[in-house]
Amino acid sequence: MSHIKLDKDSIERETTTLNLGPTHPATHGVFQNILELDGERIVGADTTIGYIHRAFEKIAEHRAYYQITPLTDRLNYCSSPINNMGWHTTVEKLFGIQTPKRVDYLRVIIMELARISDHLICNSILGVDTGAYSGFLYLMQERENIYEIYEEICGARLTTNMGRVGGFERDINPIAIRKIREFLKRYPKTLSEFEKLFNRNRIFMDRTIDVGKISAESALNYGFTGPNLRACGVDYDVRVMEPYSSYQDFDFSIPVGSNGDAYDRFMVRNREMWESLKIIGQALENLPEGSYQADVPEFVLPPKEEVYNDMEALIYHFKIIMGEVDVPKGEVYHSVEGANGELGFYLVSDGGRTPFRLHFRRPCFIYYQAYPEIIKGSLISDAIVTLSGLNVIAGELDA
Amino acid sequence: MPHTILSDKMNRLNNTEILEKLKSKFGTEILFSEEPFGLLTIYIEKQIIKDMLQYLYQETHLGFQFLTDLCGIHDPSQVNAELGVVYHLQNMRTNTRIRIKSFTALSNPKFPTVTDIFKTANWMERETYDFFGIIFEGHPNLKRILNMDDMVDFPLRKEFPLEDQTRLDKDDKMFGR
Amino acid sequence: MVNCKKMMETGNTISGLKLETAPDGLEGPGFFATKFDRVIGMARKNSIWPLPFATSCCGIEFMATMGSHYDMARFGAERVSFSPRQADLLMVMGTIAKKMGPVLKQVYLQMAEPRWVIAVGACASSGGIFDTYSVLQGIDRIIPVDVYVPGCPPRPEQILDGFMKIQELVHNESLRRRNSEEYKQLLASYDIK
Repeated sequence: MSHIKLDKDSIERETTTLNLGPTHPATHGVFQNILELDGERIVGADTTIGYIHRAFEKIAEHRAYYQITPLTDRLNYCSSPINNMGWHTTVEKLFGIQTPKRVDYLRVIIMELARISDHLICNSILGVDTGAYSGFLYLMQERENIYEIYEEICGARLTTNMGRVGGFERDINPIAIRKIREFLKRYPKTLSEFEKLFNRNRIFMDRTIDVGKISAESALNYGFTGPNLRACGVDYDVRVMEPYSSYQDFDFSIPVGSNGDAYDRFMVRNREMWESLKIIGQALENLPEGSYQADVPEFVLPPKEEVYNDMEALIYHFKIIMGEVDVPKGEVYHSVEGANGELGFYLVSDGGRTPFRLHFRRPCFIYYQAYPEIIKGSLISDAIVTLSGLNVIAGELDA
Repeated sequence: MPHTILSDKMNRLNNTEILEKLKSKFGTEILFSEEPFGLLTIYIEKQIIKDMLQYLYQETHLGFQFLTDLCGIHDPSQVNAELGVVYHLQNMRTNTRIRIKSFTALSNPKFPTVTDIFKTANWMERETYDFFGIIFEGHPNLKRILNMDDMVDFPLRKEFPLEDQTRLDKDDKMFGR
Repeated sequence: MVNCKKMMETGNTISGLKLETAPDGLEGPGFFATKFDRVIGMARKNSIWPLPFATSCCGIEFMATMGSHYDMARFGAERVSFSPRQADLLMVMGTIAKKMGPVLKQVYLQMAEPRWVIAVGACASSGGIFDTYSVLQGIDRIIPVDVYVPGCPPRPEQILDGFMKIQELVHNESLRRRNSEEYKQLLASYDIK
C-alpha cells in the first residue's frame, strides 16, 4: 500500500506501516490488520483473518445431527447456549417438531442469560481497552454467577452443549431456579454501579463518542445486524420480526441508538442487558408446567425400563446412539438473534445420517468486513476502541 | 433520529405475488421454483443473477435490499450442474425472505459478482471461492480468506478428505478403519 | 503479634495463608548462606510473567482465571506481558491453526531463556476435537512444551494446577540446564537455533 498519497498538509514524507498483528493484547482474538499511517492517522487498512480456521462446515458434513451441537458451542464461545438452541430450532424446523411451551420458556431464560454474559464481556473489555480495568473485575464476578447456573443445568461452564433436539435431556432442577432468582436480585445492583462508572464519565465519553461511526445505509449494505445495527438507528431484531421459541409471549422493547458510534454500541448493549433481565423475570414467573421434551422418538432416548423390555424402544435406542435416524430431505434456513446479530443456519439434508451441507451465517464475519472502512481517517487509539466496541469473536469470525 | 424499518407491513406481497412479478419480468429464465418451509426458492441461470438481484433491489414493491447470506454448494450427483451458489435475500420493511439458487458445471466455475450491489458480498464471495473454487468475475480482491494462501485444493468439495492426510501417527486399527 | 520469621522457618500458616519457606542454609547474625539455584529458583517461581497467547475458548477461561474469583495474581503472575521479550512463560490457550503456526514459532523464538511453555486445553495439546486439514494437531509439533493441561475448556482450577506444576519445574531447575547438550539437542529437533 505504499502508493497511498499523503495529504498536502501532512508533515510526513511517506506512510508508515504498522502491523496490528495476530497476537493481540486484551485477548480479543486472532486477526491481523496492517495499517498504513500518516503519523498517527490511518490512511489505509488491510485485514487478514483465518488464523483460527477450524473447518466447522466440513466437519459438520461428517457428524450426526446431535454430534454437531458441541461444534456449534465453539462458534461464539462467549454465549454458547444461543448457538446450541439455534441449531436445535433449525433441526426442529426441518423435522417439523413442535416443542412444548415449557421447553420454549426454559430456552428463552437460558438464551437471555447467555446474551447477558456476552454483553458483559464486550462492555467490560471496552472498559479495559480505554484504561478502566476495575469494571472488568466486577463484571467477571457476575459471569462466574452465570457459569454456576449453567453448571446446574448442564454441567459445563463455557462450552455448554445444552439441550437436545426437541427439548432438554432432564428437567431444570430447583437449585438452578433458585440461583437464577438470586442472580435476578443481585445483578441489577452491579449493572447500575457499572453504568454509573461509565455512562456519564467524561473520559469515556470523549474516547467513544463519534468514534467508529457508520451510517445506517452503509451498515445495511454491509449486512450488519444485532447491536451494531441497532446503534445506527435501525430496529431490526430477529426475536421480534420472526419470533422463535415463543418470544412473542414476552413484553420487551428494543433499544436503538442514533449515532452509530462506539458510545451508542456500548449504551445499546447495556440497555439490552436490562431488557434481558425483564424477559427472564417474566419467563420465570409464567413458567408453564409440562413436559421438558417434545414427543419425537428420533431424538429422545426412551427410558431404560422400556429399552430392556420393549423391542421398539430397543431399536430406537440403538438408532439414536448410532446416529442412524431417518432424516427427511429438504433445505431450511433458520436464524436466531445471537448476541452479535442474526446467527443463521442453512441446512441441506439429503436423507443421510449427516447433513449434506451446513452453512453458518456468522454475524461477526459479515460486519468485520466494514472495519477497514470505518477506521479510515481515525487515530490508532480510536481503531482499538472501535475494534472492541464491535465485539468481534474470533471463533465466529473464522468458523 | 432513529429510523424505524418496520413500516411496510401493509404492502407485503406474498410468495405467489412475488413469483408472478418475477415471471412477468424474466419469463422462462426462471427454471424452477418451490417453497420449502415457506421460503420462496427460485432456480435461475447464472447469466441473469445480476439482473435479478438488481431488479429485486430496486423494484418498488419488492425491495430486497439486504443480502443475508451467500454460500456455495457442491453436489457431484447433478451432472453438469455440480457447483452452485445460494443467495438469501431479505426485505426488512415487509419482513419477507427469498432464496435464489444457481448452478454451473464443474468445468466452468465462473459466476458474476454482486459486490457492486451489496458490499457485504465481498467476503462472502471470497469464502465461497476459498471453499469451492468458484470464480466471481469482477470481484475486487478474489483471493483466499480462511485457508492458507498457498493452498491448492478447494476443501469443501466432496472429494476432499476431512482429516489431514500427512499424519503418520494415527493407527487405523484403533480408529476402526 | 505475628512472628513472621518464626513462620517462615517452620512453614506455619495463619488463617490458611501459606507463605513461602526459606531454603536450607547456614544462618548467622547479618548473613544467610545457601545455594544459588535454591534462591534463584524460589525467586523465579513466585514471579513468573506469563504471555497469554489466547486464541479461542480457552482464552475466556483464562480471563476467568485472572479474575477475582480464581485469582492468578496470588501466584505472582499478575503482570501479564504481551511482549515476548519480557515474558517467562508462554501460555498457549486455544486452537492453533496451521496458518497461525509460524506466528507462534516466531513469538517463541523472541522469548529469552529461561522460558517455559504450557499448552492449555485439548486443542493446544493435541488438536482437540478438530481433527481437520487446517488445525495443527498439537503445538508440540513446532515448539517444545513443558506442561499440558487437558480439558475443553479446562476449569480455572485445572489451569492453576498446571501453573503450579510449572512453578515446580522452575523451582527445581538447575542453572546449567539451558546450556546443556540435552537441551540443545531438544531445540535442534525442532529446528530452533
